[in-house]
Amino acid sequence: MSHDTMHIAFTLNGKAVEIDVLPHERLLDTLRYTLGLTGAKEGCGEGECGACTVHLDGLPVNSCLVPTFQVRGRDVRTVEHLSPALLAPLHECGATQCGACTPGVVMAAAWIRDNSHLLSRFSIRELMAGNLCRCTGYDGIVHGVERLVASEQGAA
Amino acid sequence: MLRLEGLSKLTGAERYADDMPLCDFLWGMTVRSQSPRGRIVDIRFDPSVDWSQFTIVTHRDIPGCNEVYLIEKDQPILAATHTRHIHEAVVLLAHPDRQALRRAVGKVKVIVDELPPVFDPRAPLAPEQLQHGTENVFKALEIRKGDAAAALTAAPVVVEGEYATGAQEHVYIEPNAMIAWTDEAGVICVRGSLQCPYYVLNALKHAFAREADGVRVIQTPTGGGFGGKEDYPSIIAVHAALLAHKSGKQVKIIYDRDEDMAATTKRHPSIVRHRTGVTKDGLLLAQDIDIIMDGGAYVTLSPVVLSRGLIHAAGPYSCANVHVRGRAVLTNCIPHGAFRGFGAPQTHFANERHMDRIAAHLGMSPVELRRRNLLKKGQTTSTGQVIRDGVDRCELLDAALDAARYDARRQRHAEFNRAHPYLRRGMGVATFHHGAGFTGSGEDYLASKLAVAARSDGRVEVRSASTEMGQGTLTVFTTIAAEALDIPADRVVVANPDTHLVPNSGPTVASRTAMVVGHLIERACDDMAGQLGAARGLSSAPRGGAFLAALDAWGRENPGRELVGRAQYKKPEYVQWYDKTYQGDAYATFSWGAYVAEVEVDLRTFSTRVTDFVAVQDIGRVLNDTLAAGQVTGGVVQAIGWALMEECVWERGAMKNNQLTNYIIPTSFDVPEINVKFIQSPYAHGGGGAKGVGELPMDGPGPAILNAVADATGADPCELPLTPERLMRLIPSGDAP
Ligand code: FES
Ligand code: FES
Repeated sequence: MSHDTMHIAFTLNGKAVEIDVLPHERLLDTLRYTLGLTGAKEGCGEGECGACTVHLDGLPVNSCLVPTFQVRGRDVRTVEHLSPALLAPLHECGATQCGACTPGVVMAAAWIRDNSHLLSRFSIRELMAGNLCRCTGYDGIVHGVERLVASEQGAA
Repeated sequence: MLRLEGLSKLTGAERYADDMPLCDFLWGMTVRSQSPRGRIVDIRFDPSVDWSQFTIVTHRDIPGCNEVYLIEKDQPILAATHTRHIHEAVVLLAHPDRQALRRAVGKVKVIVDELPPVFDPRAPLAPEQLQHGTENVFKALEIRKGDAAAALTAAPVVVEGEYATGAQEHVYIEPNAMIAWTDEAGVICVRGSLQCPYYVLNALKHAFAREADGVRVIQTPTGGGFGGKEDYPSIIAVHAALLAHKSGKQVKIIYDRDEDMAATTKRHPSIVRHRTGVTKDGLLLAQDIDIIMDGGAYVTLSPVVLSRGLIHAAGPYSCANVHVRGRAVLTNCIPHGAFRGFGAPQTHFANERHMDRIAAHLGMSPVELRRRNLLKKGQTTSTGQVIRDGVDRCELLDAALDAARYDARRQRHAEFNRAHPYLRRGMGVATFHHGAGFTGSGEDYLASKLAVAARSDGRVEVRSASTEMGQGTLTVFTTIAAEALDIPADRVVVANPDTHLVPNSGPTVASRTAMVVGHLIERACDDMAGQLGAARGLSSAPRGGAFLAALDAWGRENPGRELVGRAQYKKPEYVQWYDKTYQGDAYATFSWGAYVAEVEVDLRTFSTRVTDFVAVQDIGRVLNDTLAAGQVTGGVVQAIGWALMEECVWERGAMKNNQLTNYIIPTSFDVPEINVKFIQSPYAHGGGGAKGVGELPMDGPGPAILNAVADATGADPCELPLTPERLMRLIPSGDAP
């Protein structure tokens, strides 16, 4: 193969990263196969399931739809960057079963926690609707996010 | 106890097959037939590709038998002469670069002389369409109790109905994944996402003509299964192993979502006809039931899916005269296979819709009709199985109606529906049961084995082939062993399923893990504690602190050693099953459910929303509240999808909408909170008193929801999924706003 690679720099989980990527390379593959961050999963590869969710400049995105070169100069955060302490409410409520959707669910949950003002306009069920879960039926996830947000507000 | 591997999953640290670091490996992919039925005349490799860079495997590279090892061995591992469905595997390719491999797959052409296919399981057959036996029937089964024909003739009221259900795709969020290699000792090894390590082991033995010590299967964390990783992973494992064997390298096959949805099994579509004789006050006199299941192109698991469907077809009701007939039929579709519920959701759907139709016919409340017929202790099912245990079925029904505030809400709905221009609300009920464990003499035949080892490090290790795929096996097994020995849970470890290290405790299917395998843990713990007591010269098998003290003392004197307790399945004394007559105890016991659904139908769009859902069940003793509730909420939501939105669109025997973009499963926003209640009654022969829970929640929601739509709109829907398009056809246009 004779693709020209591109050299890009970005911030990944708080650290500066510089790599060469192919023009059509997906952020999901770069994270998983080049950088060894396998938390984000591929559930569909077409932006439907949310298993590949990461934060790009603080917003949740489906990393299977993001060409890696587009994150040049931007801030990428993955599930590996979250503090495990934050995950207790999700654990207690049964938010994970098989775990395949979970890293994506956790990233969406963390975004809701950091932007809880959204809950005055949208329900947790609406905000989580981009993350398909085939195991839990969602109640464990929804309760977990409720508790996560409440604990954050209690702490604030 | 919290889910043991929960934090590892939440932090993203859990390593699934595609997350494992591999070096110097090849990706593997599959070339498929592209023709629903025909004779393979040629395989053309496009000369523009440098094929010397690829490992290429065809049926000629199979050292043993070119047969997928299952109930019948009619399915080839790689098609040699004929293809029977469009996604049948013909050639395997491997290459270090995944993109190059993807392009190469499109450059192999399988040339097929087309033969006439069959797509409709009910269509009359031309002789040239015959592909299995004399009628394309994979399996025909019958259950007889009393004399249904005579009772129907004599019955004052006879109600008929025909009900159909569509295929359903599992959509486990982790697609199929398998890694294969040959180790230093020449053993062919695979690890991957799978439910049944020993099924895969048998498939490898058969394909490579090896004994068990020449092959090895290790389960990786499995991102959902639901039956979809029961038999199909055997095929992928053999494929990966063939590529690894030929290339001498590690080979990884990861299905893309579209390939996974297109090529792997689905829930069997079904057509069920009912003719039921009843008295004017609603007592069942006779049930005549006819079942057709579309098996797809190969036998796979169809005979046992059909069997479970038949046994549950008459529902949880007492009726003296029952005749159930069923056939699983060949079509040139991808083979249909195991999916949570395994035939029972299909027949329960038909029966529970039919109960509402009978009630409407008699002008009786559907609740009252059920109450009059629900099985009581001492009464018998269609196979003559005496109901011995469990919570009274009417108690479950009452608890569900109470929790749903059924009567009050229905009254409010009546007022609402009169006043509202286009929204209609309604409620529906379903009562049902699900047999736990293998059907009939299946558990006897499996004769599952399990071991528990007391290790010199002071820990107790449970060794079984039962897999964790999200349902909580690790946590529940730990609880059962800790309770059995009265020791803290942190003294228990559960071994990862690896066929070199764990005995065959049977497949992880049929709601059997907690109940059947869990009970083996208890018995193996007894055996081990007895050995420890004897080794320490104690007068009895120690438990609790005495066990730990004895184990610590024994461990100090025997470093590096272990005491292994064993157990093998023995059926409870009372269980009798006669396979010839299909009579007797089809299951050691049943779990029971009573579900109530509330829906709102929008007559402008014909879309249906489930607005409230109550799920009350008896699953024996609940071993873990969060995990058990999670099984119910997950099952109910999967069934809501099946009932209302998950439609497989077929073209030439293949799923056309094989993407999550157009095969729609429920999101968090599509479903209500599920109100889950358990009424507990410990089952004496189940691990920790448990019965099965995994599949039960798949059985009730379909009919409860369609019954609610009938209640809301006056329509009489008889087919799943009830998409807006289907409902629109059922509602006269004058009714719409
Ligand atoms: S893998 Fe990215 S949305 Fe499904
Ligand atoms: S936990 Fe399995 S898909 Fe969500």
